[in-house]
Amino acid sequence: MEKPAEPILSVKDLHVRFRTLDGEVHAVKGINLHVNAGETVAIVGESGSGKSQTMMAAMKLLASNGEATGSVDYRGRNLLALTKSELNAVRGRKITMIFQEPMTSLDPLYTIGNQLMEPIRRHRRLSAAEARKEALRLLELVKIPDPERRMRSYPYEMSGGQRQRVMIAMALANNPDILIADEPTTALDVTVQAQILELLAELQRTLGMAIVFITHDLGIVRRFADRVYVMRYGEIVEEGSTEALFSAPKEAYTKMLLAAEPTGRKAPPPDTAPILLDGRNVEVVFRIGGGLLAGPPLLLRAVDCISLALRKGQTIGIVGESGSGKSTLGRALLRLLPSEGAIRFDTHDISKADREQMRPLRREMQLVFQDPFGSLSPRMTIGQVITEGLLVHEPGLSAKERDRRAVEALNEVGLDPAMRNRYAHEFSGGQRQRIAIARAMILKPKVVVLDEPTSALDRSVQKQIVDLLRKLQADHELSYLFISHDLAVVRAMADYIIVMKQGKIVEEGPTEEIFDNPREVYTQTLMAAAIDVTRFRVA
Amino acid sequence: MLLYVIRRLLTAIPTLFVIVTLAFFLIRVAPGGPFNQERGLSPEIRANLEAQFGLNDPLWLQYFNYLKNLLHGNFGPSYNLPDFTVGELFAKGLPISIQIGAAALILAVLVGSTLGIIAALNQNRIGDYAVIATATAGSTIPTFVIAPVIQLLFGLTWHLLPIGGWNDGAFLNKIGPVLTLALPQIAIVARLMRGSMIESLRSHHIRTARALGLSGWSVVVKHALRGAMLPIISYAGPAAAALLTGSIIVETIFAIPGVGRYFVDAALNRDYTLVMGTVVVIAIFTILFNLIVDILYAFADPRVRYD
Repeated sequence: MEKPAEPILSVKDLHVRFRTLDGEVHAVKGINLHVNAGETVAIVGESGSGKSQTMMAAMKLLASNGEATGSVDYRGRNLLALTKSELNAVRGRKITMIFQEPMTSLDPLYTIGNQLMEPIRRHRRLSAAEARKEALRLLELVKIPDPERRMRSYPYEMSGGQRQRVMIAMALANNPDILIADEPTTALDVTVQAQILELLAELQRTLGMAIVFITHDLGIVRRFADRVYVMRYGEIVEEGSTEALFSAPKEAYTKMLLAAEPTGRKAPPPDTAPILLDGRNVEVVFRIGGGLLAGPPLLLRAVDCISLALRKGQTIGIVGESGSGKSTLGRALLRLLPSEGAIRFDTHDISKADREQMRPLRREMQLVFQDPFGSLSPRMTIGQVITEGLLVHEPGLSAKERDRRAVEALNEVGLDPAMRNRYAHEFSGGQRQRIAIARAMILKPKVVVLDEPTSALDRSVQKQIVDLLRKLQADHELSYLFISHDLAVVRAMADYIIVMKQGKIVEEGPTEEIFDNPREVYTQTLMAAAIDVTRFRVA
Repeated sequence: MLLYVIRRLLTAIPTLFVIVTLAFFLIRVAPGGPFNQERGLSPEIRANLEAQFGLNDPLWLQYFNYLKNLLHGNFGPSYNLPDFTVGELFAKGLPISIQIGAAALILAVLVGSTLGIIAALNQNRIGDYAVIATATAGSTIPTFVIAPVIQLLFGLTWHLLPIGGWNDGAFLNKIGPVLTLALPQIAIVARLMRGSMIESLRSHHIRTARALGLSGWSVVVKHALRGAMLPIISYAGPAAAALLTGSIIVETIFAIPGVGRYFVDAALNRDYTLVMGTVVVIAIFTILFNLIVDILYAFADPRVRYD
């Protein structure tokens, strides 16, 4: 592909500092980078690497306690030195940006049409009627079905993928030179991710703008970017063409990032392994609204007649997009939600068991959540957090004995037991997830439901957590119910997979079979979307 | 929407009924009655009065008689202001209280919101500190201090305003009481608006608007302010109910013949019917303004739907 190598944006010696109560945070430490006309540049790094702040600084969108020094030249003008009105003639017209949070990036109080017409009218001084026509054209361009009707819709009436399409339409409204895409697909389901990325690539071909991808996802980089900057701790560690970087990474950090994809397969347990958790025709129905004067409630069948049998030592992966009912199923099987159907745990029929009857069984059925930041009490030490379950299930233990168990559990999850008197906020996301796992493991459970345990973590940390979970499973013959939308992680963890959609099982079978030979159309799109993104995985 | 309003108005009936019932029995639990004053009436006169007003009837009969009258729009006679019925007292006083209260409310929302916005846009800078310091002072100084200071400065020293009195609602006579009522409200609205505006300015869609190069005016007024108004609307509803039904302090100090003073006077004098009248009026205002808030909410925020 022939591209003119004329830099239209060059960042020179950019520093970003934030004044905080704990002193100054130096988030970006003097980086240099440039973007040529029409090319796709990726800035890659894990959370906290400063990749987003670099571009926020260039757009002068830093939080009020942030300060940028250095220069960001766009076609010879330093953006950092422009006045507000000069800057606003560039922002949204020449350089635009789309963000990670499609759900909140549109104003909830105005219609799509109103918001879409605003930047058009502002930058091109069109009449309302002309701007409306232009807005309709843009909605068609980003392939929103029924654009006439969507002009009158409010953001809350649209899905995340559609909102991101609207964001893209707004960003492209004035034919920009550069589109900065800050993790544009991270918050979306895999199939939607693939569609949005495809749309961006297609728009770039037809409109010819340069794209700056800020991402942690190497699949996206490999597939879309011409050049890559790898950032860590506010500095650029390595840069180069995508091909060169992926085929011959020079820096250790880049190599580590590239190798961070979870790999390996899990063998299924022997057929003779006893069934530990057995659900037959499990159903969960939510009632929405309704009341004395409001009429009958709306019934939502979140889990619709699902059966599964989890054997000792087995990992069943439950896969599906958001809203498919996979988390609800996990909670129903643990009797954390009222459900219909028959559920057996070990030798007990727990279909109708109440809280009192469940309590002695709870220690053997544990749950680990997605959010390592919200699921640990901020007011308890880590030692207290992980031993709290022992107070309920083994009340006879002495304080000393409990402490010994805490040390044991922390050792097991690879944390220094000396840290047990610290509080949750002192730990990183990956460490917190280890703590959450230790809290489950200390009770010596038989079944653990893992609800998206790696989704909030960076890839390199994900891999460590996957390795840890596999080691614990091998050591203690645990059975996992592994709920995730991340197919790469599921493939590495599970020996059996259930694909869910709208509360129903679409397809199920051994992992290799589902991945190599998916029968249902839905599974195929799911696989295609995920594998497309990770096609160039470096083994 | 219309259905929703009708439904809300229908549910107001049982609410009012409960309030009336509770108030009716609670005030009678308090010791004493309308006719035991310090300088006691002779027992015969007192017996006659109580008989005339039906206060010797069994309590349940009094209750049902009161309800029956209330349904006919009759609040009954006042026991302590015997020349007037409770209805007459409110017909005369309520419009005065409403005038003062409404003016104070409008002033408070306009000035308070403006100050709050100024503070939010200058967060942690001098403009912000100035507004917040004034607002904090404004909400800590009680009205019974503000009112005499206004009288002293504007009335006695500078002769700009009358010291008190209603004077058939002359404009100058309203300024003092309206200011006194509005000042603490301005302070509250300013603080509320500052917080909600700062939060609104931090939201993702404001970042989007900025990234699209929209003008500062559009970002602040069109996108940030509309969202930030929602908490102000919530606050203004109950505040309106309180302001429009009069304030005893302001009405007493400025000698305004509103209804605010009835609330306390009537309760102290065990003027049962007047207490009940005040309770019913305040309850109706509160219910009404909460309904208005909910309706305004639906207009301000498209995500709110009542059906």
